[in-house]
Amino acid sequence: QEKLALKKKRKKEREALGDKAPPKAIPKTIENQRVYDETTVDPNDEEVAFDEATDEFAPYFNRQTVPKILITTSDRPRGRTVRFCEQLATVIPNSHVYYRRGLALKRIIPQCIARDFTDLIVINEDRKIPNGLVLSHLPDGPTAHFRMSSVRLRKEIKRKGKEPTEHVPEVILNNFTTRLGHSIGRMFAALFPHDPQFIGRQVATFHNQRDYIFFRFHRYIFKSEKKVGIQELGPRFTLKLRSLQKGTFDSKFGEYEWIHKRREMDTSRRKFHL
Amino acid sequence: VVWSMLGNRQFCSYKMTTKTQNFCRNEYNLTGLCNRSSCPLANSQYATVREEKGRCYLYMKTIERAAFPRRLWERVLLSKNYEKALEEIDENLIYWPRFIRHKCKQRFTKITQYLIRIRKLTLKRHWSPFPEGSEEKALIAAQLDNAIEKELLERLKQDTYGDIYNFPIHAFDKALQQQDAESESDAEREEEEDDEDVDKREFVEAEDSELSDFEDMDKLETSSEEEQEEEEEVEKKASHSKSKGKTPLKGPARRKRPYIEIEYEEETEPSTKTKAA
Repeated sequence: QEKLALKKKRKKEREALGDKAPPKAIPKTIENQRVYDETTVDPNDEEVAFDEATDEFAPYFNRQTVPKILITTSDRPRGRTVRFCEQLATVIPNSHVYYRRGLALKRIIPQCIARDFTDLIVINEDRKIPNGLVLSHLPDGPTAHFRMSSVRLRKEIKRKGKEPTEHVPEVILNNFTTRLGHSIGRMFAALFPHDPQFIGRQVATFHNQRDYIFFRFHRYIFKSEKKVGIQELGPRFTLKLRSLQKGTFDSKFGEYEWIHKRREMDTSRRKFHL
Repeated sequence: VVWSMLGNRQFCSYKMTTKTQNFCRNEYNLTGLCNRSSCPLANSQYATVREEKGRCYLYMKTIERAAFPRRLWERVLLSKNYEKALEEIDENLIYWPRFIRHKCKQRFTKITQYLIRIRKLTLKRHWSPFPEGSEEKALIAAQLDNAIEKELLERLKQDTYGDIYNFPIHAFDKALQQQDAESESDAEREEEEDDEDVDKREFVEAEDSELSDFEDMDKLETSSEEEQEEEEEVEKKASHSKSKGKTPLKGPARRKRPYIEIEYEEETEPSTKTKAA
């Protein structure tokens, strides 16, 4: 309430001064005040470009491999998780859902590699809602472990759109600034085939904001040259990165590239890692 | 006098005795002990440092205000900066007895130290780097829809979509609307000038419009700035011609008025001239 009074005062002063008023002050936001991360990627950075040319996603970005995704869940999935998996499969082209009947991931992985799968997604479930996601790039690629929250199935989203079609969607990756964010972004990009079909007018968005990654799936229409309308189809969820491992999923012997250590890393409210 | 009554001999309600020491519970007391020099009641010139809601104040009592109990204690807010506050105490208590000045500063130091400790303790307890509603706040800060729309428009501009979308038409419509608005609000003189140039423009427009049509057929790019400028110019002229055709009532009607007015002016001019002559 005191703030409101202050604001009113300032407004009055500004109006009273008229043209001589000083320019509007830029409000401080967390994004403005963000602690500068030294691993921020510069678009012209050669080292980063070199790394990306030689890392595990190079074959994908050179269009040598076509993504083929296996989606599965933890043991005994409940209805919600099953439906979420199905919707996710419609969103990501060339993906297949398989049920896990108590199979250990370590045994699944060689089978997947044998059958030419490029990525593995495991959706972890807890108390009938999906709450975790493990994304693993298969031929010996990095594994990312996420916590998933605010999952909305298609019927829970307020929209009148139809279901996503079979067209390959475009991909938007927003705000992945640091090295870590960059590699995660490439992981997401590698899920989708490289050539989107613009006829489908569908776009999948991964937007990173303050270390939360928001996933949305929209259909867009260009109403005019400067106006576009978007309509949300498809499920939505938010992810928070927990850890990134070098090899495929291996909780005991894996080499962790990055883990979220609560005590150490969360020192400042204005410092973000992605 | 006061001290001889209260302090040592008779009863002082603030006094608390223990085996080894006497304490003074008076809130304005500087040291907390019951002494002749520390008693706020017995000394007519007295000062203390007290803190309220984390800010420290210097309270002073002088003999001139002894008759006004309400205004007795004068309060000065001390700076948050430790050294500055010490200087402020010195400034305010200049010419005061050494004892009071020294004890004030000591008390102030103690107070700041315990305030720091309080702050540290509360930090350890409640401080969470990702507070409860941080995901929703991040969502709001993200403004996803706007971001996605911006990105899509960017991609459109950079021609990633190729030939799928034709937009000159839309740009034409926009420019049309702009032109209509402008011509309605134009001043009369401007309209006269336009009309004078209209005849010239007619020829020019026809040539240019044909050319521009061909250009559009050949290059379907909408992103190049030159073409946009050309299109805008062409559109303005073309919209002129279009407005002639499409708004038959308004256009000629508008032009009728200035025409008529021109005639009147010409008529009046010679009349005045003849009169003058």
